Amino acid sequence: MNGRGVRLGLGLVAGALMLAALYMVFVYVPTEADQGIVQRIFYFHVPCAWVAFVSFALVAIAGIFYLWLGQQVWDDLGYAAAETGMVFCTLVLVTGSIWAKPIWGAWWTWDSRLTTTLILWLLYGGYLMLRAMAGDSEQGARFGAVVGIVAAIDVPIVIVSVRLWRTIHPAVLVTRQGGHGLEDPRMVATLLVALAAFTALFIWILCLRFVTLRMHTRLGALARSLALAEAAAQDS
Amino acid sequence: MDNLSYLFAAYAIIFAVIFGYVLFIWRRQVALEAELRAMEARMRALDEAAVATKAARFRAGS
Repeated sequence: MNGRGVRLGLGLVAGALMLAALYMVFVYVPTEADQGIVQRIFYFHVPCAWVAFVSFALVAIAGIFYLWLGQQVWDDLGYAAAETGMVFCTLVLVTGSIWAKPIWGAWWTWDSRLTTTLILWLLYGGYLMLRAMAGDSEQGARFGAVVGIVAAIDVPIVIVSVRLWRTIHPAVLVTRQGGHGLEDPRMVATLLVALAAFTALFIWILCLRFVTLRMHTRLGALARSLALAEAAAQDS
Repeated sequence: MDNLSYLFAAYAIIFAVIFGYVLFIWRRQVALEAELRAMEARMRALDEAAVATKAARFRAGS
């Protein structure tokens, strides 16, 4: 099975899981007693956060391998993961804000979970800006790797922020009392299917973006070879 | 804006952003594939010209 076939298969799996997740969110799962129908945002809000955290952890891992081995493939993987992570981190902030308005009465509050997530978004936004300004230079890739590694420190801070500081953000999955705060097993099942759907979606999108970056790298190498070949042809 | 509107807005934005990003990647891939094909064609043409030049010189020398 070639690369295209694998990517198509991943896309179909992600699509099927996403349809299953949508069915469970809008048909299967019961409505939460306190927050009502708007609580269903939770089932896609949390998986977006999961994908963002995994993406940024992958940026850090790829950065370490790039600094250690110096191979362009690791830089391409890190960049693909950073861009994907930024998309999903943006969705976390936007969906969280939409959910917050009817529940907390405000689009935003300087709560610890929200603030640390915003810091995470700004850090990786900075990574992408740095890479855009540096172009394809090796120095830009090295700086980017360092920024990606350092910025990943914020990921565990975001996760434990609801335990470390006073917060109004729900601590649903890791409560202070231990266990999760989902009252119905159908809610747990729906969340798990949504997490699986978003994980498959993340892998698919990451593959697609990684392939374009590898093509870009190959294009650069080919352009250099072509320039040398044309110069040699002119000399002869 | 009632709660159903907030729910709809959240899910609409999620799918719009994801579709938009996938479309961006797909268009980038199509453009890169076209550039790669053009560049590979130029490389082949240069290789063929170099081989033809060498053959002509060999014949002239012999």
